[in-house]
Amino acid sequence: MVDYVIEMLNIRKEFPGIVANDNITVQVKKGEIHALLGENGAGKSTLMNVLFGLYQPEKGEIKVKGKKVNITNPNIANDLGIGMVHQHFMLVEPFTVTQNIILGNEPKKKSGKIDIKKAEKEIQELSDRYGLKVDPTAKISDISVGMQQRVEILKTLYRGADVLIFDEPTAVLTPQEIKDLIEIMRSLIKEGKSIILITHKLKEIMEVCDRCTVIRKGKGIKTVDVENTNATELASLMVGREISFKTEKTEANPKETVLKIDDLYVKDARKVDLVKGLNLELRAGEIVGIAGIDGNGQTELIEAITGLRKTESGTIKLNNKDITNMKPRKVTESGIGHIPQDRHKYGLVLDYPIGENMVLQTYYQKPFSKGTVLNYKEIYKKANKLIKEYDVRTPSEYTKARALSGGNQQKAIIGREVDRSPDLLIAAQPTRGLDVGAIEFIHKKLIEERDKGKAVLLISFELDEIIDVSDTISVMFDGKIVANVKPEETNEQELGLLMAGSNKTEAGDWNGIE
Amino acid sequence: MASNKLFNILVPIISVLLGLIAGAIIMLVSGYNPIAGYTALWNGAFGDLYFMGETVRQITPYILTGLAVAFAFRSGLFNIGAEGQVIVGWLAAVWVGLAIDAPMIIHLPLAVIAAAVAGAIWGFIPGILKAKLGVHEVIVTIMMNYIALYCTNEIIRSVLTDNMDSTEIIPPSASLASEWLQGLTFFSRMHYGILIALFAAVVMWFIMQRTTIGYELKAVGFNQHASKYAGMKVSKNIILSMVIAGAFAGLAGAMEGLGTYGSISVMSGFTNLGFDGIAVALLGANTALGVVLAAILFGVLKVGAINMPTGAEVPTELVDIIIALIIFFVASSYIIRWILLRFKKEGK
Repeated sequence: MVDYVIEMLNIRKEFPGIVANDNITVQVKKGEIHALLGENGAGKSTLMNVLFGLYQPEKGEIKVKGKKVNITNPNIANDLGIGMVHQHFMLVEPFTVTQNIILGNEPKKKSGKIDIKKAEKEIQELSDRYGLKVDPTAKISDISVGMQQRVEILKTLYRGADVLIFDEPTAVLTPQEIKDLIEIMRSLIKEGKSIILITHKLKEIMEVCDRCTVIRKGKGIKTVDVENTNATELASLMVGREISFKTEKTEANPKETVLKIDDLYVKDARKVDLVKGLNLELRAGEIVGIAGIDGNGQTELIEAITGLRKTESGTIKLNNKDITNMKPRKVTESGIGHIPQDRHKYGLVLDYPIGENMVLQTYYQKPFSKGTVLNYKEIYKKANKLIKEYDVRTPSEYTKARALSGGNQQKAIIGREVDRSPDLLIAAQPTRGLDVGAIEFIHKKLIEERDKGKAVLLISFELDEIIDVSDTISVMFDGKIVANVKPEETNEQELGLLMAGSNKTEAGDWNGIE
Repeated sequence: MASNKLFNILVPIISVLLGLIAGAIIMLVSGYNPIAGYTALWNGAFGDLYFMGETVRQITPYILTGLAVAFAFRSGLFNIGAEGQVIVGWLAAVWVGLAIDAPMIIHLPLAVIAAAVAGAIWGFIPGILKAKLGVHEVIVTIMMNYIALYCTNEIIRSVLTDNMDSTEIIPPSASLASEWLQGLTFFSRMHYGILIALFAAVVMWFIMQRTTIGYELKAVGFNQHASKYAGMKVSKNIILSMVIAGAFAGLAGAMEGLGTYGSISVMSGFTNLGFDGIAVALLGANTALGVVLAAILFGVLKVGAINMPTGAEVPTELVDIIIALIIFFVASSYIIRWILLRFKKEGK
C-alpha cells in the first residue's frame, strides 16, 4: 500500500462550453516532488484550483492522507495542510517579511496587541530550518524577487502546510535563483513535506522531480517516473506529437551593419538612467540575443530604438541613417519591425477584430486606404493571407483579438511584423508564456528572417531561448553590454554570472570550479 | 459570444420596455390610469401633424448632442461638455445671424459654420488640456459648461442687446425655419435642421467606420499604448475627437438659434440638451444609427409628455422618471444580459 498524501481521483470540471478537467487522476506520494506538466490551457491551474477549494468539481473525489475530504474553500485547504506558492506574489510591499507572513493570522498578546516579536522568532526558526536565509525584519520592497518567493514559501510553512503547490515558480527567477530554489525544494522534502510543481519547463522536471503527471487538453495523459523518461518523451506526451528541441539552423552569414548604437543613454519613467553608455552592433543575416536580468535597461533600450522613448544622448543608426529620437511611425517606415514585450499593452488593440490588427502600422498606406478612406476589402484580404500563412487559429478574421489565445495573438503579431519585411526585427520576449508548439514555430520564423538576410535582435529572459536561437549573445547588465559571447562557447552557468555582473574572467573561474 | 451583436440590440429595447412598464406601475401606484397616460403621450407626439412637427423639432438637437457625446466616447473620452458646446454654438449662430447682412446662400451656411466652430473651440480646450497636461476631460468640460452659460448670458445682456433678456429675431436670410414645413404641420416650429442632423449622423458613421481618422480615433480609445506603438499621435487624436464632438454639439445650438427660436435669450439654467445627449448616446450604444434611434425616442417622450397633463392629468415629470428608468436599465445592462443568458440556458 503506497502512502499517498494527496489523491485527486477522476476529477471532472466543466465550464460553460468546455471541459477543463476530464477525468484527471493525480496521486502524490508523501515526500515526493510531483510535477504537473501541460501546455497553456491544458487544465493544470483549474485542477490546482479544485484542490485549493476555489472551484468545485462536477465529479471525482479528493483524498488527503487517505481520508476523503470536501474542500469547499481555500481555508479548508489551509487547514488540511495544503499551501500554494503563487506565480504572482501576494505580498504587501511596504510591509516587512514578518508582517506579510502573519497577515490574517496574527499572534496576539493578552492585551490584543500583535505579538510581532514572537512571530519574528518563529519565522526565523522556520527560515533556518529550511535554509531559506530570509530576514524577518526586512521590508518586501527592499528584497529581491527570489527572496520574495521564499517569503511566499515561508507563508505556507508558517500556516502549517505539508503539501506545497508551486505555480510556475521559476518564471521570474534568474538561473542562480533557480538553483537556490531547487535546493530549497530538496530541503523541504527532507523535512517530510511534499511538493506539487506546476510547470511547462521540462528541464526542471528532469532535474528535481520524482514523478510527473502529464495533462493534455484537460485529460490526464500519463503519470511517469522521471527516472525512466527523458525530456523528449515528456514533450511529445505534453503536445501529442514529436517536438524537436534543438532549433534547426545553419551557420550565420552576417553581412553589412544594419543597426549601430553608440554610447546610448536612456532614462526610465522615474528619470533614472537605465541605459548607460550602451554600444551595440547588429549585422544583416545574424541574430543577436540580449541576455540579462529584467530591469537592466532592456525595455528602455527597445523603446529608445523604436522611438517610444526619448534618448538622453548617443546615436542609433539604422542602415547608416540616424534614427535617434525619430517618431515611432518614422522608425517603422525606416525598416524596423517590433514584436513588443507586452503583446496586450502594445502589440494589439484587443477590441479590434484580428483582421484590423493586421494593418496596425500600415492602415494609412495603399492599398489599405486611399486618401483617408479605408479599403476593408484589401485589409481583410491581407489579414486572411497572414492568418493562413502564420497559422493563426481564429474563428474568423472578424473575431476580436481579445478572444484569441496568447499563442495565436503572438503569431498574429509576428505575422504582421515579419510581413512588412523590415531590415531589423526586434523580438522582445517573443515566446513568453507560450507552449512548446508555439515556441518552436516562432523560433523557426526568426531564423527564417535571418536566413533572408535580415537582422534580428532578440531580447529574452529565457537563457535556453537565447542560447538556442542567437548567433551572438550580448549580455546586458546595468544598462551596458558587458560581454559578447558565442552560444556554442558558453553555458547557462557562465551567462548567469555575467548577467549578475561578474566579469568574464571571474565567470570563467567559476566555471572552472564547477 | 457570437450573439453579442444581438445582445447589443436587445439590451436597449428591453431597457425601454422595462422603463415604460415601470412608468406604468408608478402611474398606477400614484392613482393615474397608465393606459390613458400613454395614450395621451402617444397623441402628444403623433396625434396630429402639429405634434409630429414639434416631435421632429425636438429630435433634431438630440441627434446632434447624442453624436457629440458618442463621438468622443468612441475615442475613450467623456464629453460632459456638450451642454456648454450647445450654448456657445447657439450664441455664435445668432450672433452671426444678427451681425451680418448677406444673401441666404452665404448667410445661413456662415451662421451654421460659426456654431460648429464655436462648439469645436469649446471642445478643443478640454481636448488640449487632456492631451498635453493629462487634465481629466470630465472636470474641464463640466467647468466649461458654466463658463459657457454665464459668459453667454453676459454677452446677450451687454453686447448683443442693451441690457435686454432676449436678442432680436434673426433675419430670414440666416433662418432654418421654413414656411413650407410650418404650413405642412399646422405651424409647428419644425425646420430644415433635421436634414443637417441626419447628415451629421452619416458623417459620424463615415468618419468612424470608413476612414483612417476613425481607425485611429477608435484605436486610441481602446488602447493608447498600442496606438503609440503603431505610430499614431495620441494627443492629436484626443484633441481631434473633442473638436469634432464639440462641433456636433455646436450645431445643436444652431438648430435652436437658427431654427426653433430664431434668437437667444438669457438662460436661468442649462438647456439640458447636452446632458440629455449623454443619455441619448448611452441608449444608442455610441453608434451613429443608435443615436438617431435614441434621439427619436427621447424626442417623442419629451414632446408627448407635454400632452399628458391635459390628456390624462398625468404630470409631465413622469416622463422624466421614465427616461431616468430607461437609462437606469441600460446602465445596468449587465442584469439584463444575465437574465437573457439564464433564459437561454433554460430554453435548451
